[in-house]
Amino acid sequence: MGFDPSFSSRQFKSVGTRPLRPDGIDKVTGRARYGADFNMPGQLVGRVLRSPHAHARIKSIDTSKAEALKGVKAVITAADLPDMTAGDAALHSILENCMARTKAFYDGHAVAAVAAVDARTAREALKLIEVDYEVLPHVTDVDEAMKPDAPLLHENVFTEGVDPRPSKPSNVAKRSQYGHGDVQAGFREADIVIERSYKTEQTHQGYIEPHACVASVNADGTGDLWVCTQGHFVYRDQCARLLGMDISKLRVTSSEIGGGFGGKTHVWAEPVALALSRKAGRPVKLVMSREEVFRASGPTSATSIDVKIGARKDGTITAASATLRYTCGPWYGMWAELGAMTAFACYGLASVQTVGYEVLVNRPKTAAYRAPSAPMAAFAVESAVDELAGKLGMDPVEFRIRNAAREGTRSSYGPVYGPIGIGPTLEAVREHPHMQVPLGKNQGRGMACGFWFNFGGQTCTDINIGVDGTVTLAVGTIDVGGSRASLSLVVAEELGIPYSQVKAVVADTGTLGYNDMTDGSRGTFSSSMAAISAARNAIEIMRHRAAAMWDIPADDVVWEDGQARAKGENHGNLPALSLKEIAAAAPNTGGPIAGHSELVADGAGVSFATHICDVEVDPETGSTRVVRYTVVQDAGKAVHPTYVEGQYQGGAAQGIGWALNEEYIYGKDGRLQNPGFLDYRIPVCSDLPMIGTQILEIPNPNHPYGVRGVGETSIVPPLAAIANAVSNAAGVRMTHIPMSPPRILAALEAEQAG
Amino acid sequence: MRYARPRSIEDAVGLLAAEEGRASILAGGSDLLVRMKGGFIEPDLIVDIKAIEDLREIRETAEGFRIGAAVPCAIMRETPALKKAWPGVVEAANLIGSKQVQGRCTIAGNLCNASPAADSVPAMVAAGARAMIAGPSGTRTIAVEDLPAGPGRTSLGKGEIVTAILLDKRPPRSGDAYLRFIPRTEMDIAVVSSGVNLTLDEKGVVTSARVALGAAAPTVLLVKEAAGAIVGTRLEEAALQALAENCSAACRPIDDKRGTIAFRKKVAGVMARRAAMIAYDRARVK
Amino acid sequence: MMSGIAVSTTINGDEVEFLCQAEETLLEVLRDRLGMTGAKEGCGTGDCGACSVIVDDRLVCSCLVLGAEAEGRRIDTIEGMADGDKLHPLQQKFIEHAALQCGICTPGFLMAAKDLLAKNPDPTEEEIRFGLAGNLCRCTGYDKIVRAVQDAASVMKGA
Repeated sequence: MGFDPSFSSRQFKSVGTRPLRPDGIDKVTGRARYGADFNMPGQLVGRVLRSPHAHARIKSIDTSKAEALKGVKAVITAADLPDMTAGDAALHSILENCMARTKAFYDGHAVAAVAAVDARTAREALKLIEVDYEVLPHVTDVDEAMKPDAPLLHENVFTEGVDPRPSKPSNVAKRSQYGHGDVQAGFREADIVIERSYKTEQTHQGYIEPHACVASVNADGTGDLWVCTQGHFVYRDQCARLLGMDISKLRVTSSEIGGGFGGKTHVWAEPVALALSRKAGRPVKLVMSREEVFRASGPTSATSIDVKIGARKDGTITAASATLRYTCGPWYGMWAELGAMTAFACYGLASVQTVGYEVLVNRPKTAAYRAPSAPMAAFAVESAVDELAGKLGMDPVEFRIRNAAREGTRSSYGPVYGPIGIGPTLEAVREHPHMQVPLGKNQGRGMACGFWFNFGGQTCTDINIGVDGTVTLAVGTIDVGGSRASLSLVVAEELGIPYSQVKAVVADTGTLGYNDMTDGSRGTFSSSMAAISAARNAIEIMRHRAAAMWDIPADDVVWEDGQARAKGENHGNLPALSLKEIAAAAPNTGGPIAGHSELVADGAGVSFATHICDVEVDPETGSTRVVRYTVVQDAGKAVHPTYVEGQYQGGAAQGIGWALNEEYIYGKDGRLQNPGFLDYRIPVCSDLPMIGTQILEIPNPNHPYGVRGVGETSIVPPLAAIANAVSNAAGVRMTHIPMSPPRILAALEAEQAG
Repeated sequence: MRYARPRSIEDAVGLLAAEEGRASILAGGSDLLVRMKGGFIEPDLIVDIKAIEDLREIRETAEGFRIGAAVPCAIMRETPALKKAWPGVVEAANLIGSKQVQGRCTIAGNLCNASPAADSVPAMVAAGARAMIAGPSGTRTIAVEDLPAGPGRTSLGKGEIVTAILLDKRPPRSGDAYLRFIPRTEMDIAVVSSGVNLTLDEKGVVTSARVALGAAAPTVLLVKEAAGAIVGTRLEEAALQALAENCSAACRPIDDKRGTIAFRKKVAGVMARRAAMIAYDRARVK
Repeated sequence: MMSGIAVSTTINGDEVEFLCQAEETLLEVLRDRLGMTGAKEGCGTGDCGACSVIVDDRLVCSCLVLGAEAEGRRIDTIEGMADGDKLHPLQQKFIEHAALQCGICTPGFLMAAKDLLAKNPDPTEEEIRFGLAGNLCRCTGYDKIVRAVQDAASVMKGA
């Protein structure tokens, strides 16, 4: 009996309701424990020494004075983290990012670390470590780094994906390409062609909780790690391999997490904490400061994108192409490629071509940030589409409806779409009351579309039914926004019992099978799939237990509304047995009742959104205020609508900050000038209006309830929605993100002068 | 590191003068603790002045207001007479940081931190405020614009401490205002700012004015030409234009992570103009 | 000879004594010496509000207050907001409105909102937004936080 994940329509009793989340009370009383809220007896304070240079060869490190300082229990460098990556380049780059080996590759790159009895001693110890740097020329700009005379980060990087393979090393790690049809022919067919270049600056996920962990390694090779993470199984595997530990001997417990958005899917300092603990023989608590979070944990890519789109007078796009250059930091990552895949995903195109370049620069290692790489590509494409619609004299929504992808469209990145939400979200926007609200002086309205895939991945869940009939659901996906509540709803739905009888917990790595990280909007999608599968397995067992209690064949027992019923004329008068009754009898009918599921959640649906945004631009200063904002997005099936709304609003707010103010500012010396919340400006409460949301539900055919992942798509449209709104408010086309006041004012002045 | 909490100005001065190492004054702590956290300063002695009763009071006298150096900006906002007389100074003081910071920070501390972008300073300079200083050689009083000597440096001698800020009694038909440009709506350091203080006659003509610019030079600029451009006018368009142009011309800003030279020059004029109009409306009501 | 400053203070109505170094902040004392981890360090420099507590009826960032300054003061933290097992209306409304996702900023917001409503029991949306501007949230976009505060304000006015 296999698990059938396909969608079947039904009337929901629990899914789609809005109960209160189970972890809410701990979080509003301050009892919930996050990464830095845990302590182990005898723990030491860990601190990391970081390179002040953007690019430098490390000639030597002398730790002797630090080691001699009273109260210092361990000092480590790369020598204490021998290379056990066995040719795995991705793991090697993680190792090298955790602790520089021969070169420091960015301002903030870790070069050594100490564990001491208190913070003051640890700080003093860092000052006593002597590092002899040979400062090298650096490069931080994506286009500069591609030039033939740019400072070279690695001697052994030769661009992959280019034929013939280059003979000279460069900072371009890989070229990728997607598309179909004949774009040259398509452009020739076009009546109007728009060709533009765009730039977006680097941003950070901006989670309020800095990375924090407590690591404890014992002499027998076992270890414990308490850490805020989006993927404790992933962390376990990476840390174990880097430290040469058996995976089963390292137990990772995830704390509550204070935001991740992709930035905590990756180890940063955890192997360092474990190595310090191993050397000191005591637990080590390592917490990053806010400055370290900005300087040394993963931001997004900075990008430089060229877009060309052609259309006929009737508004049909005949060809579209884009070249996307994305920064990876010092080592290869799949970033431009994701941009190349998503750039035109909203549209049904006969001819499309996208080329991506992964560019190495002296900046921190790029990490995922909510729909990684898609917002920048969407900014470029949706700005160009908007301009094209304007030149054709067509309404921007109508133009997009005309060219939108639909079921059966071959996507620009390859697969053929099933039923999708881009058309419906556009139509919903067209009818939305937001579009009728009158605009005031200096105000303008813009809209834009966005797309994100959802990932499935390896997922395990356990359902255990207590003898009192209450149900424990153990999951391995971290709860970033209320998924414990959503998954409890799913189990309640499937078992047919009240939500209040189900309690979801996030299990540690010692007590549950492997789970991929909470990212790719997979949390609710995959875990709900596994939860449904586990619930159905538990139901199977309960049917058999009821049959045994009645002494009738199991085939004659069905499960309905939380009860076992005997069907057929022979047994018609037997009163139904509730889950509670079956559970109470379990010790005598075969022991504890549980349902397990280990699966690879496949067939994750794609999620589309369209946003509407009104802005007011002060023509004398370039200051831009968001006056009104609406998110329309397809959720497939909203398990807990309030939390789906929360995801829509949160993603939109991040996109607004990205569009207007957030950027990494580097000096000529390659040092980050704004590693703090004062000058890295995320939106504050007074910056934003209420954010309207509309949830559409076009069921995902590959999930039993039709669920699609929702957590990411809403960060994709805002950059372009705001740029398009600014264009309508102020009459200037912004091609550089963020559209900070100095940039808008300069554009206004150029417009007036020219 | 040592912490002391003297109960009198004399004791505070004594501690500061006697300290051989580095002594820092602690009032609100919103500059000192930030610099300590960033590793920019490691005082040997912290002198907490908040136990000195004299420094915690706002006194209104015939001459005007005396605001003790340890008075948080939030208390200034909650003092109706002060707010009525000097709305510009009070609003400037209450733009520093956030609600959390305003409950602690002081305008004396803001002045002595000597950041070119300090919010309260342009308003104080426009208001003609004076700083009372106590030190080993006695007390003295100076114009506030003479206190900051450059970014992060003051003209205070060893052992000297600002004990109060003095604001004069207002002539009738006087108003002041402070405006700053920030990219968000709160929390940011001013990119450029302006404080304007003016007095009108019965016919609504400006008889005296002071125009100050912040974050436009190493220390706050008092722009006499800009003030001159509006004296004798009713802030007609031409006068406001001249005011703005004079301000833009007087700026000596830098390019940094918060703004460019060109942006600061242009927007300095815009802020001054808008602040002048608010100050004018406030003056008319009185 | 022991170094360190002896401090006597009141936290959530209880008399508390502790020893701390001159440079320790109130946030560090609460979290590392007194085991009260409700106040969070998001930045350590007063830019995020996650460490907000109330000292003598003033909302402050505890990362910008020295531990030594707590002497003789009355401090209120998130741990004292509920009355035993009875949640404060703000806490209840935050849960009902889903005004938290990851929840790390929530203690700071609750302290700030409590202080806001104590001083302004009937705030407009704009007053709420500007009153809470010192608290950063990265998850919610603030919409449901503002609604929760509005709802709590009307409950508290009625009661």
